[in-house]
Amino acid sequence: MSSSPDLRAAVEEFLYHEADLLDTWRLDEWLALFTDECSYLIPATDRPDGDPFRDLFLVQDDRFLLEQRVESLMTKTAWAESPHSTTRRLIGNVRAADAGDGAVAVQANFIVTRARQSTVDTYPGRYEMLLERGGPAGFRIRMRKAVLALEELRPHGRISIIL
Amino acid sequence: MEQPFIVDDPSTDTFRINRRAMVDPEVLAAERANIFDRTWLYLGHESEVAQPGDYVSRTVGGRALVLCRDHDGTVRVWLNTCTHRGATVCRETKGHGRFLTCFYHAWSFDLAGNLTTLPDAEAYGPGFDKAALALKAPPRVDTYRGFVFVSYNPAVIPLVDHLAGARDYLDLVCEQSDTTMAILPGTQEYSIEANWKLLVENSIDGYHAMSTHATYMDYLITAMRKAAEALGEKLAPPSLDGHAHDLGNGHAVIEYTAPWARPTARWAGPLDPALREPLAARRAELAERYGEERARRICETSRNLFIFPNLIVNDIMAVTVRAFEPVTPGLMHVRAWELAPVGEPAALHEVRLDNFLTFLGPGGLATPDDVEALECCQRGFTSWRELPWSDISRGMAQERPGITDELQMRVFWRRWNQMIGGDPAAAGGGEGETPVRLHAVGGGR
Ligand code: FES
Ligand SMILES: [Fe+2]
Repeated sequence: MSSSPDLRAAVEEFLYHEADLLDTWRLDEWLALFTDECSYLIPATDRPDGDPFRDLFLVQDDRFLLEQRVESLMTKTAWAESPHSTTRRLIGNVRAADAGDGAVAVQANFIVTRARQSTVDTYPGRYEMLLERGGPAGFRIRMRKAVLALEELRPHGRISIIL
Repeated sequence: MEQPFIVDDPSTDTFRINRRAMVDPEVLAAERANIFDRTWLYLGHESEVAQPGDYVSRTVGGRALVLCRDHDGTVRVWLNTCTHRGATVCRETKGHGRFLTCFYHAWSFDLAGNLTTLPDAEAYGPGFDKAALALKAPPRVDTYRGFVFVSYNPAVIPLVDHLAGARDYLDLVCEQSDTTMAILPGTQEYSIEANWKLLVENSIDGYHAMSTHATYMDYLITAMRKAAEALGEKLAPPSLDGHAHDLGNGHAVIEYTAPWARPTARWAGPLDPALREPLAARRAELAERYGEERARRICETSRNLFIFPNLIVNDIMAVTVRAFEPVTPGLMHVRAWELAPVGEPAALHEVRLDNFLTFLGPGGLATPDDVEALECCQRGFTSWRELPWSDISRGMAQERPGITDELQMRVFWRRWNQMIGGDPAAAGGGEGETPVRLHAVGGGR
């Protein structure tokens, strides 16, 4: 993926903003970054290249489900995240390229830590995103896939936060 | 002062289990010896090795195993250990090939288990018996409708007898398909920091649905209301209604009607109204084949099925197959798959995938809350000496316990108690080594 420095800088700025919204639990603002026809995906750890129409994923949200997920996470009865865990996201190795039609294809590595109940879980992986230019944050998210660099979801046992 | 693990007194509607069973390493050792080493254990599904040459490896009952399909098409199970000096012959979780080659000294086995080649074979003497050095299978391997089980007890009762009343419920799940059911690619592999028996209880627990899964129920109601409004229809208040059944040998099921759509012929919002007709047609087909009552169950009812001791088949808004393995008293490994009819129309298959992920799995809207609940229980058990008892008596006074009662858990615990007591007849084998004796010693009470 070729990456012009200007485009990469703009995408990095956007990804940092997004990470900050998630780490500070401003999930409504985060949701506003998505287009109406969007998807948020996490493939199974043993099927990172899985096909969402045929294979089992860990998360496979369309716009409606993503709204429900965000809404749930902000209620008291989302027990796994109530009280909220403390998360921090490090994003690096960002690459961005024009994908035609004003869209931008992005790849980036991430490490997300989640601290709760005296344990810290670490989620390493890679983002694959399709962005559109526009909106107050500079871009909108059309597709956001988090591919975990784990052989299995251990010891975490859950993906109760947004990755 | 010794205390039993279970207090089971129908005359006073009392059923309590001693929390020591959830925390004590001695109990886990006894479970391994008296349960996991003696009965049938679920390993995997034949469809995971659909083609000759396919193999998967996993640990079941503490043993590393390989499930494969040899070049004649026969499904085989091997202990994943080299007959030379022990290294695992399969180091991938799944793969495809003609041979399993141990990299340590390069002994090579075909998938039928034969030792085919070894370097410098001439160096062995004339008494060297290559045939006897074939891969070794667990003492017993058997299959029921594609579900592959193993037992480390050569004297275990036949699998069909072990499955007892659970067979009919596996049949109901499989009758969704005219051909065969298969595990979809993609495994949800995770761990829970809790005792494995908590997952048994949780997987068949109707009582927790409305409280633990409040967020999922909210989602479901929102989605259904939105769909009903779009169609100008009124939404019936969602409810779960049904009964729990003892299936023998520690197996149990809850079977009930639920508001969600089922890709096998139960239409409900938010499904596309265009699917109403194909689903009705499918239902009619099944009624033709199996009769109206059975078709109603295949299509309309949901079931959470527990097959003692390590398998859950939940046929709800989609079908999940879930197997678990204790690691320590406070840690289990879980594997979950999705089972679906082969050749299902794409539109229904998408519904199935959607349904599954909305509710199930570590990234769903429900399972993380289950994990949280189980881990909270395990944390609570730290005071087992001061508060030794958990209550599982719900519905004991009912003539027909419902799905929010706890009959299904009592079925499990009674069988567990019987086996942990080391009764060889109860373990399904009159022979073999002397079972471990275990005495419950509780804290003061
Ligand atoms: S241990 Fe396998 S070849 Fe020696
Ligand atoms: Fe649950």
